[in-house]
Amino acid sequence: MTGTDIPILEVSEVTKTFGGIIALNGISFHVKPGEILGIIGPNGSGKTTVVNCITGFIKTTAGDVRFKGRRITGKPPHKIAAMGITRTFQIMRPYYSLPAYKNLVIPLFSPRARKTGGWRGGGKLGDRDTVSIDILEEIGFERDSYVPYKITGTLPTGYLKRLELARCLALKPEVIICDEVFSGLSMSEIASMVPLIERLKMEGITLVMIEHRLRELFQVADRVMVLNFGEKLVEGTATEVMADERVKAAYFGSEQVEEVMKHA
Amino acid sequence: MNVTTEQMRRERIDRGIKVRSDGLYALMSWRELSYLMTPRTILIVGMLCLPLLMPGAYWQRVMSIVCIYAFLAVGFDFLAHYVGLVSLGGAFFIGVGGYFSAILNTTFGLPPLVAIPMATIAGAVLSTILLLPCLPLRGVYFAIVTLMYPLFAARLIEAFDMLGGTDGIMGLDSFPNPMLEQYFIIGMLLMMLFAMRRLVNTDLGLVFRAVKDNDQAVRASAMNVTFYKALAVFIGSLMGCLAGACLAHIYMWSGISQFALDFSILPIAATVIGGSGTLVGPLIGCLILVPASELLRDFGTLRIAFYSLILVGFIVFRSDGIMSWGQRKYEQFERWKKI
Repeated sequence: MTGTDIPILEVSEVTKTFGGIIALNGISFHVKPGEILGIIGPNGSGKTTVVNCITGFIKTTAGDVRFKGRRITGKPPHKIAAMGITRTFQIMRPYYSLPAYKNLVIPLFSPRARKTGGWRGGGKLGDRDTVSIDILEEIGFERDSYVPYKITGTLPTGYLKRLELARCLALKPEVIICDEVFSGLSMSEIASMVPLIERLKMEGITLVMIEHRLRELFQVADRVMVLNFGEKLVEGTATEVMADERVKAAYFGSEQVEEVMKHA
Repeated sequence: MNVTTEQMRRERIDRGIKVRSDGLYALMSWRELSYLMTPRTILIVGMLCLPLLMPGAYWQRVMSIVCIYAFLAVGFDFLAHYVGLVSLGGAFFIGVGGYFSAILNTTFGLPPLVAIPMATIAGAVLSTILLLPCLPLRGVYFAIVTLMYPLFAARLIEAFDMLGGTDGIMGLDSFPNPMLEQYFIIGMLLMMLFAMRRLVNTDLGLVFRAVKDNDQAVRASAMNVTFYKALAVFIGSLMGCLAGACLAHIYMWSGISQFALDFSILPIAATVIGGSGTLVGPLIGCLILVPASELLRDFGTLRIAFYSLILVGFIVFRSDGIMSWGQRKYEQFERWKKI
């Protein structure tokens, strides 16, 4: 194994049960530095539970999560985020009563951002209001409009999804786990989101993307993992995964696969 | 005045000086400066004149009690509207602060002006530690549990007959003179009030508001929510314990009636009347409610009925609170401007 092949994130045999329900049953996978791993699966297959287990929002029943070889299982969410593993929420969690740009002042105020300076390191220099507007501009908020100053509750979904990503970026993350950043967006909003994801990859950020929008996911993902009923079904490149009979049976229904393959 | 709308137009004063974000102003003239300064000056000068305007020692004492409640109300407003912790533990803070100051004064012989600050900090630390287990609770659940604290403390002191039992601790030193008492309390109150207003507009204050809005997102932002909640409770109980310590020296006595629920409930009523989330509103609410309660003593047992009527009246006709209403009206002031 050469240096770059060491996984940045390693999930081994993670199991999570809620009472008698087995949400995750011995899931193992790894993410290499700088790659994009897609996680797909039908509703209720445990995708968000994987995110919650990695980021510490729920406690795993068994198994290990390692970040750069260090065990992070059982650590509280804020400590994991401080190490550089950030996440977005499927149901957006902005601060609705604050102006949009103030949403980023909170992560910029965190110990990690004060040490690293946040995205582009600006957090150490300027005041946090200015830095947060810089980040927002980079992620698609028009700087000279009133959008960054609007109360977050009045913004449309497209901006809120970007705000979720911006909150991660403000921490200068090494890994971003995106829980359905494409869902609920219009076609044109998705079209502008894809280059943004590609740019984050270029910047060297490792991404784990949970998606239902397969076409866009297959555009950006290096590898794809399929979950079904809390178990890992198959893992591989988009083409390999699509060709797998079990995936077809579990998830797509054979006709839809052909439809997706035509466009992919 | 023979101006026409072709030469002059009306303009809201605040529009010209407000910058895009809140709390930032661009002042161009003395007039605009005075527009901003007037309400603040009225508050400060008004509060400082209060003891001199009162007809006698009785009403001066009432004003001290107003300030005691105002500490609690401002603390309640801060915790409830900026951190999302609805605390009914006001009486607990009063009691803890009062007992601490009583012990420091009677056992260790410290003068009131030394005992009060020490009791404030020690009481706030103790209150914060005792409230730590409730911090994961939110909203009404936090309210219910904090309501238990003063009741629990009072029964505990009664049952174990400690800290003077039902008699309380007597023989505390009073303030050296009544004027000093008044101005010490009013000065501290104004200082705390403006410090709070400053605090909620800093980045730390923003974190508090974020905790209220969405604590999961704060966790995802690499921030320890429990730490910031504890810090907020410390700040809130600092106000309460300061009030309790002062109260003990005003009455020259500290006892279990300082855990009375009045101290938990009246600040909330004052916050509702004064305007929640404004921090000054609760003070105004106390300035109305506490003297009203005194004036209504003449009605004997009907006192509570009239008191309730006042409360209902405010809630029906000015449900957003005096301060929120006043602020809105003040911002709507217009001036004539040449075109």
